[in-house]
Amino acid sequence: MGLLDKQFEDSNIVITTLDDLLNWSRLSSVWQLHFGLACCAIEMMAASASHYDFDRFGVIPRPSPRQADIIIISGTVTLKMGIRIKRLFEQMANPKYIISMGSCSNCGGPYWQHGYSVLKGIDRVIPVDVYVPGCPPRPEALLEGLLKLREKIRNESLAKKKL
Amino acid sequence: MKTEEIFQNLKDKFGDSVIELNTSMIEPYILVNPLEVDKISLYLRDNELLQFNNLMVLSGVDDANGKKNADDIIEGGTLSVYYHLESTILNHIVVLKVSTPRENPEVASVEPIWKSSDWHEREAYDMFGIIFLNHPDLRRILMPYDWEGGYPLRKDYKSPEFYQGMKVNY
Amino acid sequence: MAVKTEEMVLNMGPHHPSTHGVLRLELNIEGELIMKVTPHIGYLHRCFEKHAEAMTYPQVVPYTDRMDYLAAMGNEFGYAVAVEKLLGIEVPERVNYIRVIMAELQRIASHLVAIGTYAVDIGAFTPLLFCFRDREMILSLFEMTCGARMLYNYIWVGGVSHDLHPDFIRKTQEFIPYFRPKIKELNDLLTGNQIFIERTANVGILPAETAINYGISGPSLRGSGLKWDIRKNDPYANYNKFDFDIPVGKGLMGTLGDSWDRYYVRVLEMEESCKIIEQALASIPEGDVTSAIPKRVKPPVGQLYSRIENPRGELGYFIISNGTTSPFRVKVKGPSFVNLEVLNELCKGHLIADVIAILGSIDIVLGEVDR
Repeated sequence: MGLLDKQFEDSNIVITTLDDLLNWSRLSSVWQLHFGLACCAIEMMAASASHYDFDRFGVIPRPSPRQADIIIISGTVTLKMGIRIKRLFEQMANPKYIISMGSCSNCGGPYWQHGYSVLKGIDRVIPVDVYVPGCPPRPEALLEGLLKLREKIRNESLAKKKL
Repeated sequence: MKTEEIFQNLKDKFGDSVIELNTSMIEPYILVNPLEVDKISLYLRDNELLQFNNLMVLSGVDDANGKKNADDIIEGGTLSVYYHLESTILNHIVVLKVSTPRENPEVASVEPIWKSSDWHEREAYDMFGIIFLNHPDLRRILMPYDWEGGYPLRKDYKSPEFYQGMKVNY
Repeated sequence: MAVKTEEMVLNMGPHHPSTHGVLRLELNIEGELIMKVTPHIGYLHRCFEKHAEAMTYPQVVPYTDRMDYLAAMGNEFGYAVAVEKLLGIEVPERVNYIRVIMAELQRIASHLVAIGTYAVDIGAFTPLLFCFRDREMILSLFEMTCGARMLYNYIWVGGVSHDLHPDFIRKTQEFIPYFRPKIKELNDLLTGNQIFIERTANVGILPAETAINYGISGPSLRGSGLKWDIRKNDPYANYNKFDFDIPVGKGLMGTLGDSWDRYYVRVLEMEESCKIIEQALASIPEGDVTSAIPKRVKPPVGQLYSRIENPRGELGYFIISNGTTSPFRVKVKGPSFVNLEVLNELCKGHLIADVIAILGSIDIVLGEVDR
């Protein structure tokens, strides 16, 4: 109703491509895995609270990796934790996406030089889709990262692209 | 009570185990024998004039007073442990220090006396390699349990290349 | 006829919604009864002490922020006080007032997060959103002063990095009367709520003697009835000029020293912090805040232990200096590291759901446990 009401002369038909329909439904409801490591996790919680509100983009936290579409790796990843994150990533079902939030999971952050137990960037273990810089990034920066991810999902296709 | 009076009290009771009182380092401390520190601690906790019922912090230190050999590894010298004790009843503070040789660092554990030293001693073992005798469960606490790379906070520590397939250095 | 039971090991792994970060708990249970709890930590070990040995004294301040990231002003404050004692310098009076105001605002913000996440663990979602809404107001005050919401690099050795914004005092004086009714709203919503009391009263009772032997400090110690606060017992900055009270647990809803007492001490402390901020704003003097910051920090040879009252307990810095511009050794006594050891004692004989209630009432931050 509303936008589409009485716009067509024929009986109500909407024409689109299967790609567009699938991508639109996927990007409107990315469910995230409830996962926070360190200081960036608090900014992620502030982004989900009422001031900046993640829920209007369709993002709700789920406790189990098998029900989630996206992990936001927020905080420093240590060597001890890297092994466990790999296992969580393998448990998620396709299509799955990773947002790396903050300097520590992008490249090791302030601990790059003398951190003997810090993994210098989560992309040494799992493939990352969007990097959000900052230490910690503001909630608005995280929302921008999420919008970039939605752009990326919108451009996906079921057919293989010819190079 | 001031540190000098506490030092006198301990010296009268324990004699040679209490080695010296050092007041030249901003905060005065009492140097004691590493293998007798549990008996001294029990006396410090239970005596009515002293009543030190709270262990604030226990820190391991690498004194780095040996010589570096050809491979850049320090030989000789000591590793030390500092104990900061406090009495919430009588309101005074005392600092104890023990020093052990680097090649064979052994200190008596004070875990039966103050339960808060349990994890502090595990951390000193994990970071420096100091063995605490009679500790109920001495194993690594902050590094992974199967870490083979050595003791990280020593001054001559070098990181291993890989750990379980992940590159450690930048 | 007794039911035959067998002991089982259950793993509450590092990835878990209610463990406040990456903490692994290994529970030995018989049915639902807990026999033993073993915490495994180290999943967030970020080598603070190694970095402190490689940087100069002023360069260590941003690293101290990131240890207890919910109370960053307190961490910087403790480090600055310790190094100033080593150097033997006095800061201007205005700097002391600014530091106290920031530390007390940070105490309110930290307790709001602690209470909000504790309520979510128990099962009530609304207090979390209320607490985060009020915390946003405090974060905008911090942003006005130093540009950052959560990790500030503001309190430097010898002073603070910027003077207060011209609007800061007026806006903070508007914040306090806005916030006081919110504490009353929180009490109506959560503190007197029958379900909350059923889940937290008489759960995890900590006697005062055990607490001192385990080295507990902060609201967890005051919840057991002992009136011990570094701001009164061993004052630093100019806390002895302000008039405030130390709330202790009294066993109002259950036994003395249970989880409800520890929670209620935090609510009362927020009110006391409001009093301190009002007194400080009324009498803050003029002055130059950067005049005492030394060009080069090179303390004499020696060692020192100094401590402050952080929202989670007694934060202590043990610094050994060898006469150069970098510290020789910095050991941090994190209150959450020491408070977490007592979890095994508190959980014996309780059920699995109570472990979450007890863990939330001790209020740990994993950044400080692992450093």
